[in-house]
Formats: sequence, structure tokens, C-alpha cells
Amino acid sequence: MEDSTSPKREKANQDPREAGQPWEEVTAASSQGLESGLSEPLELEQGLETGPQPRSPPQSPQSRASIPLDDLTGPGASYPPSPPQEASYTPSPPALARQDLAAPWQSDKTTSVNPEAGTPHFHHLEQSSDKGESTASHTFQSEGSTFRQSQQTKHHLYGPEDVNYNNSKQKELRFNVFQDEDSNSNYDLDYAEPGVSELAPSMLEITIQSAKAYLQKTSSKSGLNLYDHLSDMLAKVLDERPENAVDIIESISQDVKMGHFRKKLDTLQNENEMLPTYEIAEKQRALFLQGNLEGADQELEDEIAENALPNVMESAFYFEQAGVGLGTDETYRIFLALKQLTDTHPIQRCRFWGKILGLEMNYIIAEVEFREGEDEEDVEEEDVIEERDDADSEADEDDEDQLPRTFYKTPQAIPKEENRTGANKYVYFVCNEPGRPWVKLPSVTPAQIVTARKIKKFFTGRLDAPIISYPPFPGNESNYLRAQIARISAGTHVSPLGFYQFGEEEGEEEEEVEGRRDSYEENPDFEGIQVIDLVESLSNWVHHVQHILSQGRCNWFNPIQKSEEEEEEEDEEKEEEKGEEPDYTEQEVGPPLLTPISEDLEIQNIPPWTTRLSSNLIPQYAVAVLRSNLWPGAYAFSNGKKFENFYIGWGHKYSPDNYTPPALPPVYQEYPSGAEITEMDDPTVEEEQAFRAAQEAAVLSAEENEETEEDEEEDDYDQE
Amino acid sequence: MDAESLLLSLELASGSGQGLSPDRRASLLTSLLLVKRDYRYDRVLFWGRILGLVADYYIAQGLSEDQLAPRKTLYSLNCMEWSLLPPATEEMMAQTSVVKGRFMGDPSHEYEHTELQKIKEGGKVFEEEVVVQIKEETRLVSIIDQIDKAVAIIPRGALFKTPFGPVHVNRTFEGLSLSEAKKLSSYFHFREPIQLKNKTLLEKADLDPSLDFMDSLEHDIPKGSWSIQMERGNALVVLRSLLWPGLTFFHAPRTKNCGYIYVGTGEKNIDLPFML
Repeated sequence: MEDSTSPKREKANQDPREAGQPWEEVTAASSQGLESGLSEPLELEQGLETGPQPRSPPQSPQSRASIPLDDLTGPGASYPPSPPQEASYTPSPPALARQDLAAPWQSDKTTSVNPEAGTPHFHHLEQSSDKGESTASHTFQSEGSTFRQSQQTKHHLYGPEDVNYNNSKQKELRFNVFQDEDSNSNYDLDYAEPGVSELAPSMLEITIQSAKAYLQKTSSKSGLNLYDHLSDMLAKVLDERPENAVDIIESISQDVKMGHFRKKLDTLQNENEMLPTYEIAEKQRALFLQGNLEGADQELEDEIAENALPNVMESAFYFEQAGVGLGTDETYRIFLALKQLTDTHPIQRCRFWGKILGLEMNYIIAEVEFREGEDEEDVEEEDVIEERDDADSEADEDDEDQLPRTFYKTPQAIPKEENRTGANKYVYFVCNEPGRPWVKLPSVTPAQIVTARKIKKFFTGRLDAPIISYPPFPGNESNYLRAQIARISAGTHVSPLGFYQFGEEEGEEEEEVEGRRDSYEENPDFEGIQVIDLVESLSNWVHHVQHILSQGRCNWFNPIQKSEEEEEEEDEEKEEEKGEEPDYTEQEVGPPLLTPISEDLEIQNIPPWTTRLSSNLIPQYAVAVLRSNLWPGAYAFSNGKKFENFYIGWGHKYSPDNYTPPALPPVYQEYPSGAEITEMDDPTVEEEQAFRAAQEAAVLSAEENEETEEDEEEDDYDQE
Repeated sequence: MDAESLLLSLELASGSGQGLSPDRRASLLTSLLLVKRDYRYDRVLFWGRILGLVADYYIAQGLSEDQLAPRKTLYSLNCMEWSLLPPATEEMMAQTSVVKGRFMGDPSHEYEHTELQKIKEGGKVFEEEVVVQIKEETRLVSIIDQIDKAVAIIPRGALFKTPFGPVHVNRTFEGLSLSEAKKLSSYFHFREPIQLKNKTLLEKADLDPSLDFMDSLEHDIPKGSWSIQMERGNALVVLRSLLWPGLTFFHAPRTKNCGYIYVGTGEKNIDLPFML
């Protein structure tokens, strides 16, 4: 701006020389107009301010404007100049600058500006230089100077001295395009010297007008014009004052352009994109408000008494020491969601099991134990019914040609465990995000666990998504999720030794087959273990969830027993099949409940668990943290007395080798191979002839035995 | 994630569950500042944590003015004392590609790998089993490099390229809009482009050379190796890599907050095609 203003000033200084006297009167009169003009272009003027001058608050230009006005009135009265040289000079460039701003700004408003722009401007120029300092000062003052201080010295330099009127005129013309004033502001300044000849103004004026008109030409594509855009941009830069503005000027330009469109699209954007945010926020708000129910006092006591809800925040605090956790806010929301769960369902005990990540959405899982006798009915699952071929084969026997009977016996479906036992000990609820409704997961069947061991699939986040895999998984994602939860619980839920003990009930230990102790209870005399001990030795931790056998159940189920029973009831035809059954299957045995985890198998030289103290810097208050290497994402902590298990991860087991899908089984031998069903090639000609020759030989030998019937048969044969 | 906005970034990335404990956080805040001063980096990123069996490695990276220049990697076992790692070379990658399994957590640990090497002795060529020792530090370097090249991402517009070559942080980056944030094409790999040259001229014509100078995630193989989710309503977009499980990228749309962190075992998920 400095550069542009100095030529302006030059011009301004030069012109007054030529400006005529008559303009003086106009000045005084137009001072009023100037005032009004001043207030309007203030905004633009502020935008134009640059340079070292500190930004003056909006009021100051006003105040400054008032000063020049005063000056105006003063000199206006005593127009013949004895200009206060110092003060007067500075206003000039800013005056000009303001005129520039005023001009475009006001040009938007008044249509009559342009034709007048040239002349008033010229007048301005004239008078500014003609009167020399006084004129200049008046001009400047009338405009009000914001560049006062900075320009002062320059003004002195350039003020009355410049004579290069002709040379610089052209240059100034160009600059003056920006300085176009509207009639109001221009008139003020148009006093003093007539200076420039009559012809030159019109040339100047025309050039200015055309240049300005060019800049104000509206773009056919965007409806903007360069003039407005540049002024907006400069206004923005002056407002924000970014560092190194010249480096980011292109981005600023883009932003200004985009700013035009923002308002129009705002409503649309808000509607489409912000809606889910608001939805979730609403749901979570409901979570927070659920506490404000009627009968608050009574319920408060009840709640405190029952205490089905775990202290999630406390566990979260300890896990955070281990570096595991979901963030305080999220955990609190989960806490509230759990509270909602316990309020709506008859729950004895509830625990935040963990979070499983999915492709599209995640699962937050709560482990729940219902109150005695309040089990909700399970959704009837479609059992994988494996039809027996026996029925078919029976029907076929009635046909003439007996189709060969297969000896394929479909493997019997192993029944799932009852609720509250084994793998179905707890019921699990999931939700995608706290605030969304909780969904109960179905119980797990052994077949699902067995198949889940063979596949490895990511969860998508939708419970009804199908699982496409080999071997085909019997169920959809909710079943797979439940199976994985069962496996993870069985593999990684541990507690400090002694925390749980076996109940002293029926002498189950005597029976070997069903000797699995599957119940435990809290040990009231548990005194806690030193944290250091917990970290150093793995034998201080025990599994408190039953191990799942390879059958898919925790308690062994003998499939043969059942079939033996069936045999007695059903047809005798079964007996044939029974003979072909495999022999007595061995009972599967797994490690008993409450085995220390030091007995866990290693994974190819990697220990199954990693223990850590949560903090090495302050060991006296640290907690022991256990991290599973078999199920990455399973954590357990204990501070000696308290403990908790948690899972956060993708829900898959770790294996150092690649996953290989199981090979297809060999093609099954369905039917006994024999002459009836074995395909034979059609006999070739030679074979037929040989056969016939053999037959004839036989006939001949028969003839020698003098039997006629054979001849006839032979004839039959030949005729066939 | 930027060391300057460590706390906020950790909070935003906490959806994946694995973060830092308070004492590590506090140590990081202090030590990264000192690292920045001592090594005179322009920007220090906390890269993440590699879980080892005995101890964990905490990794930080220092960037110079040019964002795409090779980064200096530092590691620490206690978030206080940082050691500079050597830059990764092709040889290192080849050497460590045979090592499988978890990291030990001890930088001086050596993996043993037996190879059959042909040794010429006096005209005869016979094979001999040679036990090659591979240091864990080397493995660390190459794993970090692989992860960076494969899954370090940055949103479109966060960096821009100047005509002179260097890549700078874009100060006028206001964040992606919500609709852009859900698309994979708005995210780029934070590395020198590989596939950019293979684009057709038509596609290149639509690109802005100052912003689109890196590969986008759209054409990653296998397709679907990124999980893109909105958390907290639509207030946060989280991308998780399925190829290197443990890498989480987060971005709050319409704000400048973005970053990525890796917390995991440092093993590639080769089973990915089976799992999708």
C-alpha cells in the first residue's frame, strides 16, 4: 500500500497545482457529504490498512475523521493556505486510500458514481497538488488520515515538490483506478486548483473508468467480479493478519470464494451430515437422564443395596494404569449403559466384558448373570438337523431293485450345554455404541465352537451378517461372536490364587466321569497376594472359567451312550449300522477348574502370558498386569485384593503361523462297492467274440453230455 | 501423532483400547520436548508402541521441514531415554523377512535363523547350514519402516507441495468435511507415491498437483483392508488397518486434529484375505 500511496500522493501533490480555486467552496460544502462518506467507507478503509501502523479500532477512524473535519472547517473558513504542514500531509494517502475504498464501495450503491468518478477524482487530484501543502492538507484532512504517522515523513518529502506530473500521470492513472471516489467524497476534495487542462481529465477519466469497469466485469462462470473479490480478500487479510500472508494468499483467495457459497449450503449440510451426530447425542442424553425417575429416594436406596452393577470406573482406572482403556468419557457412557441394562432386566450380576472391534461397527459386551429362576427364554434356534438316511433307505427297500444302502451315518449333533453351566454359564448382551439398545446373544452350541476354532473372520458389526467360510459356520455373526466370547473367556479369564475356592457340596470328586468341578464361589477369607508375587510367578493366577474341550463343551458328552439308547428303541435294522460305528470314543479331558496359568501351554516358545508391573517408577502403588499372548487384547489386573478381566481387540487367537483353512475331507465311500453297482466297461468286439467262443465251447461240452436244453439256451443267447 | 497435541490425540485414539498409562504419558510429554530440542527436529511424532514379550518399545519419529524426507526414528524402553535407530535399508528388510513371531523386548536379543548357504571351497560347492544372527534392533527398524510405508496415512489437504520440491504442512487445512471423511480417497499414504504415475492422463487432469501428490488409499490391495468408522456420533472418524492390526488413524472432521498411532505386536496380518 505504501507503494501505491506514494504515487498517489505524488499525483495528489501535483494536481493541486493545477486545480482551480473554485473548488474551495465546494470543499466546505462537501465536507458534510464527506462526513457521511467517511462513515460508510470505514469498513473498507480498515480492510485496506496495511503496514506497520497498528490497526486502529473502528472508532478511531471516526475520530480521526472528525479531526480532519475540524481542520476542514478551519481552513475552510480561511481557505488561503498557510497549511499546517505537518499534520496535513499524512492524511493524503489514506485519504486517497479511503477514496479508493469509498469509491468502489459506494459505486455499488450509487449508479451515478462512475460518470462522476472521473471528474471528481480529477478535481481531487487537481486541488491536492495545486494548493500545495494546504490543499493537500485539506484533502488529506477531509478524508481523515489513518496513515497519518507513517505517511508523515513521506508526505514531507513528496509534498510540494513533485513536478513530474506528466511522467507519473499515467502511472497514477492506473493506481487511481482504485482510488475512485464516489461523488460525495470526491467533491470534498475538489477544491483549489483547476490545474490540469480540460482535455486531460477526460482522457484520465475514461481510462480510469474503463479499467474499473473491466475489473468490475462479472465473471460468466461464478458471478463474481475481480474488484469485489480483491477487496474482500484484502479485507480478510487485514482482519486476520496471518503470518507470511503472501505465501498463503492463494488459499485465502479460495477461502473467500468458498465463503460466498457457504451460507446457501449450510442448511443442507447440517441436515444430512450432522443428523447421526445429534441422534447419538440424544440417545446418550437419555442415558444421563435416566436417573431422574419418580420415587427417587426409594429407588436410590434400592440401588445402593442391590449393587448388581460393577464399579466400571474403578476397574477402568486400574486398567488405565496398565495402558488399556477406552478413555474416561467413553467408559462413563458405557457405565451408564450398563446401568440401564441392569434396570431393565432382572440381573443378578453384571460385568463389563470388553469391546470387540469390527469392520463397520464395534461391539460393547456385557457379561450378565440372571437372577435365579428369571432366565429369559432363549430364542429357539434352528438346530442343525442332520437327517438320517435311514428313512430313505427304508423306503427304497420296497422297490424292486434294491438301491444299495449307504452306511453313512450322520454324526450326531452334540447338544448344547444347559444355561448356567459350562460355556453357557453367563449370558451376554451386546450393543454397538452406548446409548443404543442392548441385544442378547443366543447361547452357544458345541458345533459353533468347533467350527469357530477352524475359521478366522473379521466381525462386521452387524449381528445378522452371514458368515461365509469353510467349514460353513452354523449361524450368523451373532453366533460367531458368542462362540468367540466363550473361547476368550475360557482361555483368558483368570483370578489370583485363592480368590475363588470350590464350594463344599456334594461329593462330586468321587465320580470320575463327571468329576468336573464346575462351580466355585468367592473365598471370604481371601487375604490378598503381594503384587510382586503376582507379577513374578504365574502360578499365583488361576483360570476360573472352565476349559472348553475339543468337543465344544465344557462337560463331556458321550455321543455313543446316547446312540446305544436309541438302538434299543428303534428298529433292528439299526443294529447293522451299529456294527459299523467307530469304537468307543475316548472321553475328552481338559484341565480342571482353578488350575494355575503356569500350566498353560506355550505357543512355539512364546510364553502364553506376559506379566508387568503397571509402573516402574512408583512400584509401591503399582498393580500387576497380565497380558495374554494367546489372545492378543486380553488383559487382567490385580492390586492384590481386587482383580478384573478385560478384552479389547479384534476377537481372534494369535498364531505365529499363517492361517490355513482346513482341507476338504476325502470323498466319502458311501456305498459298499460290489458287483451290482460297479460300473463296467462295455465289452469290446474281441471280448464278445471270445465270450461267445467260450460259450460255444461250453455248449459243445454240454452236447457231449447230451443235453438239449442247453442248445436252446444257446440259441437264446445268440439271438439276444 | 504430533507431540504437541499428545494428550488430545491420545484421547481421540482411545477407541482402539490400547493407549498409554499415565506415567508413560507424563514421561512422553517431557522427553519428546527435549528430543525436539536436542535433535533440532521441526516436528516430533509419537509413532506408537510395539509390544514385546519382556518389554515394550516406544517409538518416536522426528521430521525436518520437508515432511516427506526420510524420518529419523528413535526408540525408548521407558519413554525417557531415547536412542536413535539407523535408517532402514533394503538389505535389512531382506534379512529380517525370515524372522517370525513376537518381539522380545530386548534390543540386543538376537534371532537365530539357519540357512543353507552354498560355500565354495577349492572348487567344490557344498551346502552348509549357517546360523545367521539377526539383531532385534534391525528387525525393529525394518518393521517400523514397513508399517510406515504400508499404512501411515494423512488426510488430503494436510500437506502441500511447493514448486521447489519440499512438502510443507498446510496451515490453512481446516479438516475434511464429513462427506469427504467417510471416503477412502480422501486419505493418502504418508510416503513417496508409487502408483501415482500409473494413473491415466484423464485422472491426472483432475488432480491438484499441490495437494494430490501422494497415493490415495482407494487402490490398496487387498480391497477392504481398511476399516473406516465414525465414532462418537459423527464427531470422529477412525480408520483402522487390517493388514497391520494395531494401527489406528483418527481425525475429527472440520478440525485440524488428525494423527495415527500404532500399538501392536509388530506383525503383519497375512491371514487378511481369509478374514474378510
